[in-house]
Amino acid sequence: MERDLIVAGFGGQGVMMLGTLLAQATCDSTDKNVTYFPSYGAEMRGGTANCYVAISDEEIGAPVMETVSDLIVFNQPSLDRFLEKLAPGGALFVNTSIADPKIDRDDVNVVEVPVTEMAIEMGNPKVLNIIMLGAFIGYTEVVSKDVVLQEIKNKIGAKKPELLPLNEEAFEKGFAIGSAAKN
Amino acid sequence: MAMEKVYRRTTGIVKDMVSGFCPGCMHGTVHKLIGEVADEMGRANDLIRAEGIGCCGLGQKYVTHDSAICLHGRACAAATGIKRNEPDSLVYTYQGDGDLASIGLGETMLAANRGENFTVIFINNGIYGMTGGQMAPTTLLGMKSTTTPKGRIAEEHGYPIHMSEIIDQLIAPYYIERTTCADPAGVRKTKAAIRKAFEYQAAGKGFTFVEIVTSCPTNWGLDPISALDFIKEKMLPEYPLGVLRDKGAEEV
Amino acid sequence: MARIFMKGCEAIAEAAVRAGCRFFAGYPITPQNEIPEYMARRLPEVGGVFVQGESEIASVNMLYGASSTGTRSMSSSSSTGISLYSEGIAACASARLPAVYVNVMRGGPALGAIQPAQQDYLQATKASGNGGFRMIVQAPSTVQECVDMVYEAFDLAERDDNPVLILADGVLGTMMEPVELPEMKSDEEVKALKQARRHKSVCGHPAEERVLAEPGSVGTGQEARNIAAAEMYKTWDKDVKVEEFMTDDAELILAAYGISARIAKTAVKALREQGIKAGLIRPVRVSPFPYDAFGSLDFGRVKGILDIEMSIPAQMVWDVEYAVRGRCPIRECLRSGGQLMTKEKVMEEALKLAEEVL
Repeated sequence: MERDLIVAGFGGQGVMMLGTLLAQATCDSTDKNVTYFPSYGAEMRGGTANCYVAISDEEIGAPVMETVSDLIVFNQPSLDRFLEKLAPGGALFVNTSIADPKIDRDDVNVVEVPVTEMAIEMGNPKVLNIIMLGAFIGYTEVVSKDVVLQEIKNKIGAKKPELLPLNEEAFEKGFAIGSAAKN
Repeated sequence: MAMEKVYRRTTGIVKDMVSGFCPGCMHGTVHKLIGEVADEMGRANDLIRAEGIGCCGLGQKYVTHDSAICLHGRACAAATGIKRNEPDSLVYTYQGDGDLASIGLGETMLAANRGENFTVIFINNGIYGMTGGQMAPTTLLGMKSTTTPKGRIAEEHGYPIHMSEIIDQLIAPYYIERTTCADPAGVRKTKAAIRKAFEYQAAGKGFTFVEIVTSCPTNWGLDPISALDFIKEKMLPEYPLGVLRDKGAEEV
Repeated sequence: MARIFMKGCEAIAEAAVRAGCRFFAGYPITPQNEIPEYMARRLPEVGGVFVQGESEIASVNMLYGASSTGTRSMSSSSSTGISLYSEGIAACASARLPAVYVNVMRGGPALGAIQPAQQDYLQATKASGNGGFRMIVQAPSTVQECVDMVYEAFDLAERDDNPVLILADGVLGTMMEPVELPEMKSDEEVKALKQARRHKSVCGHPAEERVLAEPGSVGTGQEARNIAAAEMYKTWDKDVKVEEFMTDDAELILAAYGISARIAKTAVKALREQGIKAGLIRPVRVSPFPYDAFGSLDFGRVKGILDIEMSIPAQMVWDVEYAVRGRCPIRECLRSGGQLMTKEKVMEEALKLAEEVL
């Protein structure tokens, strides 16, 4: 079973980091196949950013898909642009702090996560993507929680160990929202 | 009593080979000088030639050292690839004015700007030789060529390009000299310049550039003797001889 | 061996280093910049040399010079930049130098688009320069294959004294995927590889052992050189590499290489689920081309072929048509100019063909 994900938002919202964290974790701690494909605007700064992640037990074909099983959007333009790519029955993760979760589709499941506000409340607006990653894993369990936490430890723990507890907490907060939304 | 041999043919030229260069052409002289300098330095087996296209490209038949025949204008790029991988060798490019200053201007300038540790030997005779006497970037104003039948006109063709002076604008090059082979004193100075360039290269000093003003009697439409006069009367006023830069001398 | 998550371009560069590549020259162009950037960091660590050429033309001529010395050398560029490599690569082929280079294809012609494409097939396989030379052209479809094919390319190039091209595309160059990296050749091995070529390398010899790197001949020797090269090309039957997936009972054949092939493969599976007997023929090397794989199909059973490429107009289809010789209909499934091939597009065209011929 292949699980495909688009992550989209403004540059600077940690879109690419979310994608690489998830993909890297899958590579390091599972036997699954995984692809990651980044897509930038031609601008070096301030544009929109999106990336594709596919995770599967079988060989992965296209690393860029026309329809995906999951969609994470950090802002309204990304929601408007990518919603049509979400397959019926798919899961939509919306940053409800700045994007309106009311959509004119009733064939997808919406998980509302106000990550911008939550991150500011936690004292560091940068952790919004880690909260969202937590929500995504809590809801989909495409890979286990431990696998992703380990990767957060590897990546953030190595570079900025002082930020590790904050990121772990951010992940847990998101995870709780994702798990709850599943039930 | 045994005679002492005070002059011998350089090992840098194939034994018994007769030159096919036109009468009065100075490629033969310069090849001989390169070989003699390498012999005198004891470096004949370390010499590598990156050869340009045109009459320069005929030299491959005469020299005895390893050579890479380079695409038109690209000798300085190929020499970069060679020298960076064979840093203990003695690498020189051998290029004419069309090759070095027209199609290969970019490669020449950027190799000089990187301070690549090889020697450029630039043969400036103001004309394309092998292809039949077309205008070169170094062709003198008023000089007739097969593509400037009425003579080079500044308004239409621009002015003769002064490569040594242009390269002298860059910071990296270590040694730049313009010489001629139009008379015996000039030949001796040319040899000394090549020697100096090779010595600097052997010491790892960087980019060295020897521009040699030579003749092309065939395409100038002159006999060899008149061609020598033409160099002195017309070419050298445009391309004055001398050392433009010698960082080695400055350091002393 | 442990899996590492790597971007295609970086995996290409690391594989080259592990194969003993110690010289790289290149000029910036999207979407392959991570190759020179990686090399600029990595080569000095292993005693190698990185040079940023002032242009593609300079870079390929640096590659020419470096290859002539026997150092394992590589360059990379993308499409419109590769056009500028033409003369230099022809020089390597003519002088019989083992240069390795990579084309991370983008849209074309000329500037085209910075996004991925497969629009250089004919250039890569038929005429990468003047004079009718040929090369082995590897066409990876995964990041792992990028690694394996680059690693192998240096051996192939040295075996034949001939350039080898890795024909990748912007998707492969940009995407990340788990890879297992091959063994790093030791300094001793790398030295020995260079030493083994010393007798034919431009590195300084006494007159009687003189070496000449010649991309042409003064006088009448060129035909003999052409004949010698042609004889070498004839030995490449053994070098044909093709992947055949579910072709045994297939009635519909999808034909694709590189990135399009992995997408076509998932389409084959999906078509099978719908009861359509589809199969895939994928040239793993696009030169030498696997003509037999297409030519020896049972055309009593195979009713149609779908040629899938990210190129408009289609290019590989010429080779497929040459092999099939009119024995079944061949249709095209194409994207171009930076628009990517998708499984959905392949399914749509395959179902159309199924309706037409089955």
